[in-house]
Amino acid sequence: MTDVLEVRNLYKRYGGLVATNGVNLSVRPGEMHAIIGPNGAGKTTLISQLQGMVRPDAGEIFIDGVNVTATPAHQRAGLGVARSFQIASLIPDFSVLDHAAFAVQAQLGHSFRFWRRADREEILLAPAREAVEAAGLGARMHSPARDLSHGERRQLELAIALAQRPKILLLDEPMAGMGKQDGQRMTQRLADLKGRYSMLLIEHDMAAVFSLADRLSVLVSGAIIKTGTADEIRNDPQVRAAYLGHG
Amino acid sequence: MADGASRPIRAALWPALVLIALLALAPALSIWLDDPFTVKIATRIVIFAIGAVALDLTLGYAGLVSLCQAAFFGVGGYVVGILAWHQANSEAVLAGWMGSSELALTLPLAFLVAGLFAAAVGAVSLRTGGPYFIMITLAFNQMLYYGAVALQKYGGDDGLQIINPLTLFGYDISNRYKFFYLALTMLLATVLLIDRLARSRFGVVLRAAAVNETRAIAVGVAPWPYRLVAFAITGALAGLAGALLAASQQFISPADMAWDRSGDFVVMTALGGVATVWGPIIGAAAFIFTELSLSSYMQHWQLPFGLIILAIVLLLRGGLAQLVDLARGAKKGGEAVHD
Amino acid sequence: MTLSLFLEQLLNGVQLGVMLFLMASGLTLVFGIMNFINLAHGSLYMAGAFAAAVAQQATGSFVLAIVAGVVAAALLGIVLERAILQRFYTRSHLDQVLATFAIILILNETTRMIFGPSPLRMSLPHALSGSVPILPGVPYPTYRLVVLLAGLVVAGLLYLVIMRTRMGMWVRAGASDRTTASSMGVNVPVVFSGLFGMGAALAGLAGILAAPILSVQVGMGEPVLILALVVTVLGGVGSIRGAFFAALLVGVVDTFGRVLLTPALGSMAIFVTMAIILAFRPRGMFATHG
Repeated sequence: MTDVLEVRNLYKRYGGLVATNGVNLSVRPGEMHAIIGPNGAGKTTLISQLQGMVRPDAGEIFIDGVNVTATPAHQRAGLGVARSFQIASLIPDFSVLDHAAFAVQAQLGHSFRFWRRADREEILLAPAREAVEAAGLGARMHSPARDLSHGERRQLELAIALAQRPKILLLDEPMAGMGKQDGQRMTQRLADLKGRYSMLLIEHDMAAVFSLADRLSVLVSGAIIKTGTADEIRNDPQVRAAYLGHG
Repeated sequence: MADGASRPIRAALWPALVLIALLALAPALSIWLDDPFTVKIATRIVIFAIGAVALDLTLGYAGLVSLCQAAFFGVGGYVVGILAWHQANSEAVLAGWMGSSELALTLPLAFLVAGLFAAAVGAVSLRTGGPYFIMITLAFNQMLYYGAVALQKYGGDDGLQIINPLTLFGYDISNRYKFFYLALTMLLATVLLIDRLARSRFGVVLRAAAVNETRAIAVGVAPWPYRLVAFAITGALAGLAGALLAASQQFISPADMAWDRSGDFVVMTALGGVATVWGPIIGAAAFIFTELSLSSYMQHWQLPFGLIILAIVLLLRGGLAQLVDLARGAKKGGEAVHD
Repeated sequence: MTLSLFLEQLLNGVQLGVMLFLMASGLTLVFGIMNFINLAHGSLYMAGAFAAAVAQQATGSFVLAIVAGVVAAALLGIVLERAILQRFYTRSHLDQVLATFAIILILNETTRMIFGPSPLRMSLPHALSGSVPILPGVPYPTYRLVVLLAGLVVAGLLYLVIMRTRMGMWVRAGASDRTTASSMGVNVPVVFSGLFGMGAALAGLAGILAAPILSVQVGMGEPVLILALVVTVLGGVGSIRGAFFAALLVGVVDTFGRVLLTPALGSMAIFVTMAIILAFRPRGMFATHG
C-alpha cells in the first residue's frame, strides 16, 4: 500500500539559515506520525512546505503516490491535504458552522454558484455539522469566530480540517497555548480520530505525543535524526543526546 | 431560517426593499409638490445607487477598493450615446448596422461592454495585492478617461449629446416618471442580484478571502477567479447605471468618468456601510442630496462636504451602518482572528 | 522625427521623469514604510506651487519663492500627518482612501476660496528665461535644463540620506519592524512625521519647479499624483531606486506619447505601458529593497 504522504530529500533555506535540511518522511494510511524537536528545528516550515504555502528549494513531496511538489496550496487541499494552523487563522464574522461549511464547499469543486443560498444548502451543512461535532464544538455551532475562546479556536481549526475530508491531516501544535484541561480533552479527541485519518502531528506536549503517535520523527536543525516507535525513540542514545537530554 | 441564528441587520435584505419602496413614492411627491425637480433628483439617486450597490460586491464583500467604477459607468453611457449617434447620423457602426436608440437593446449592450472592459482591467489589476490594486485601478480609470477624451468623433472633451429620442420596446421613455420607474426597476434587480450573490457559494468565497486569504487557500480555494468575476459584474452593473444616466440626461461626457467620480462612488458605498445591500443606497441618497443642497446654498460646497466625509471616517469606522451597530451595542467585525 | 526634435523631447521626458520622481519618492516611502496610501500627496504639490507663486509676487525673488514653497509644503505635510493622517496608519486602506480623498476636496476648495478660479503665474528670473544650445543650432530652454539637473541632484541626495544616514537607517528599521524599531529606542512617530514632512517638501518642490512651465491652478496635483502612483507601482512599492528608473520611463513614454500621437491618445500611452509591464511583472520592475 502506498504511503499517504511521502517526503524525499526536502531542502529549504532562508538566506544563510537552513530551515529544512534533507528531510525524508512518510505517513502510512491511518497512521498518526508525530514530529518532535526543539524550538527552531523547522517544524512549522516543514508543515508549510507540505501544505504548499512555502515552496521547497529541492526535494519531492508525494500525496498518495502523486508528486505534488510543484502543485499550489489550494490544489493540494483539493487532493486531500488539510492543515490546522498553529496560530488560529479564522474569519471573525463567520460562525463555527460557516467555517466548516466553507471547507466542505471547497471540496465540492468550483464555487461558481451564484444563486442558491449557501447557508441553506444541506449538502454543505450536514458534513459541516458532523465535523464540528467531531471537533467537540457542537455547543458553539452558531457562534461567530470572534466570540470563541482560545481553546475553542483551536478546536475550530481542527473542525475545518476535518470538514475538508482529508487524506492527510497536518496538525501544527493543536494544543498550543491550551490549559491543562483543554489540552487533555484535545488529546482525547485526537485519540478518537486515530485510525480514521492519516495524521502528521507537531506537538510540544511530550506526554500527549508519546501516548498518541504510532511513530515519531525527531527533527533537529532541519534534519530528521531518527524515526521510530515511542519506545525506540525513548531509548535512542542519539535522540537523548540531541534532544530529550535537554528536557 | 433552516440553520443558525437570526440574521443580523447588517446582512438583511429588507432595509433595502424599504428604501426602494420609499423611493417609489418620489413621483407622487413630485406631483404633490408640483416640483419636477424632485423626480430628477430621485432618478439621479437611483442611478448612482445602482453603481454604488454594484461596487459593494467588489469593495464590501470582496474587500477590494476599486477606484475605476466611474470609468465603467462612463463606458456604459458611451455605448448608449454612440449607438444613438450612429442612428441619428445614419452611419454604420459596423457591418452595415446603423446603431440604435432602443434601450431594450442598448442597455444590455452597455452592461456587456462595460463588463468586458472590467474583466480586462481586473485581469491585470487583480494579479497584485490590495494596496497595489487601488493604485492600478485608479490608473486604469485615468486611461479610460483619456480614451473618452480621444473620441473626437463623438465630441471628445465636450461630451456627446443624444439628439434622437430613446425608446424602450418602441415606447418613448422621455416621460420622466416612466423613466424613473425603469431606473428603479433596475435598482431593485441589482439589489436582489447582489444580495443573492453575496449569500451564494460564490459570495462565501469572496467574503472569506476578503478577510483571510490564507484560510481560503488552505481549504482549497484560490480567490483570484472569483474576484475577477465579481469585478466584472461590478463593472457591468456600473455600465448599466452609466447607460441610464446617459439616457436620463441625453448626454454623456468624459467628466462623468473622471477619477474623482470614482472616488465619489467609493464614498457613497463606504459611507453607507460596506457589505450591506442597503448601505450604498443610503450612501448614494445622502451623497446626491448633500451635493445638491450644499451646492445650492454655497459656491464652495466641497469644503463642508470634505469635512463631513472626514468626520464620518474618523468617528464611524463602519460607515452609517455603524450607527445601527452602535444602537444595538454590537461589536464590530474586523481583521482576521489570529491569536 | 528629426534628431534635434528627438533630443529635445528626450530631455523633456527625462525632466518630467525627474519631477515625477520627486513626487513618487515621498509616496513610495510613506507607502512602503507606513503601509499608507496618500491620495492627498498631489495637494502638497499644489500647495508648494501656490505658496511659491504668492511669495514671488510679494518679494519678487525666485529663490525666496522656492524656499517659501518648500517650507509651506513641508509644514502642511507635517500638520496633516500629526493632526489626521497618523490616526490612519493602522486603519484599513479603504479608510485611508476615504480620508485622503476628503482632504483633497477640502484643500482644493480652500485654495479655490482663497485664490479664485483663475490660474496664477510664476515668472522666471532673467538668467533662467533664455535658452542654451544642447547641440550646435539646437536651443533648449535653460530653465528646463536647470530643473532636470536640480531634480537629479535631489534624487542623489535622497538616495544617500536613505541608504547612508542614521535617519535613513531608522526609516528602514521602522519599515521592516515597528515594534523592534521602537524597542531599539527609535521614536517611531517622530521619524514618521519627519519622513512625511520630507516627502511633502519634495512634492512641494516638484510643484514649484513645474509652476513656471505649467500654470498654478486648483486641481493641478491630481494628474501628477496619478502618474506618480503609476511610478510607485512600476518601481515596486518602497523602492527608491525602482521609483527613479520607473519615473524616467514614465516621463519619457508620456512625453513621446503626446508628441507622436494626439494629446488624449498620448496620455493613454503610459497606462497601456503600465498594463503591459504589470501583466508580466505584477510586483513592479524592482524588488522592494533599496
